[in-house]
Amino acid sequence: MSSVDLIAVASIFTAGITMAIGSIAPAIGEGLALARALGAIAQQPDEANTITRTLFVGMAMVESTGIYCLVISIILIFANPFWNYILSQ
Amino acid sequence: MKITPDHIIYWQWEGFNLNATIVFTWLVMLVLVLISWLATRNLVVKPKMSRWQVSLEVVIGFIREQIREITQQNPDPFIPFLGSLFLFISLSNLLDIIPGFRPPTGSLSTTAALAICVFFAIPIYGISRIGVKKYLKQYLEPSVLMLPFNIIGEFSRTLALAVRLFGNIMSGSLIAGILLIIAPLFLPVIMQVFGLLIGQIQAYIFTILATVYIASAAQAENELQMKKGKEGSENNE
Repeated sequence: MSSVDLIAVASIFTAGITMAIGSIAPAIGEGLALARALGAIAQQPDEANTITRTLFVGMAMVESTGIYCLVISIILIFANPFWNYILSQ
Repeated sequence: MKITPDHIIYWQWEGFNLNATIVFTWLVMLVLVLISWLATRNLVVKPKMSRWQVSLEVVIGFIREQIREITQQNPDPFIPFLGSLFLFISLSNLLDIIPGFRPPTGSLSTTAALAICVFFAIPIYGISRIGVKKYLKQYLEPSVLMLPFNIIGEFSRTLALAVRLFGNIMSGSLIAGILLIIAPLFLPVIMQVFGLLIGQIQAYIFTILATVYIASAAQAENELQMKKGKEGSENNE
């Protein structure tokens, strides 16, 4: 296998595996946060405004690890620096 | 495939590249300045006021109320910085509906610049509120051992702010592009609408997080607690 093939295979495989593993933890975290927030709203419907706002902010923070994985896998597929380097040679 | 508008270059002169990010940032700034100038040209306190003034007052009132609820402080010193952040990000994400417009927030350079502004605003607001000594003492809380972690946290949350906004906006337009290959008829439209919603939520979240960071640095024990204005805050969301 030449180095071009190796880089292509490694990049695509890593991009997929990054999303696969990296989306597990944020998904679980967001599910837990949503479940708790729904429970809280069911108990105190008057505080729904505050709870929803805090939920949005908290979810965005939880989600950021998933977004990092997405950025890395998109860079690996569409703007791969190693691929560009090997093509420019 | 171009994932950031940085790579679209319109004009080049001796190492200076006028790329799409700069052009669209200028466009957003121009729109904001123009709207603000039109709206604040003749301000009145009479009941018969212009539509421009009413709409701008609604926006400013909303931002003020949100900042007051989060910081529990007088929102006036924060309004110029945080309000501009929110309006800039929100408008540049909203203008995505115009064909040919690439949101400047979909470029890491723009979001990094915004995050660096927040990074420097935190000590400026903190020191102006509680003084240098008290501000630096916050880094030693709860114990001296935590000093390196506090400093690392300062940098990592700046990075997180930048990458979060960039990742969300960039992936929004990219997913629409990928879906064009699979289902070119209706699905991209729905994803674009969804992307608009995500853009507004991200603008909100960026501002809220900046507010939380600044407010936590500017906390003083003898701060005059604002009377929490409950009225008007109920129907905001």
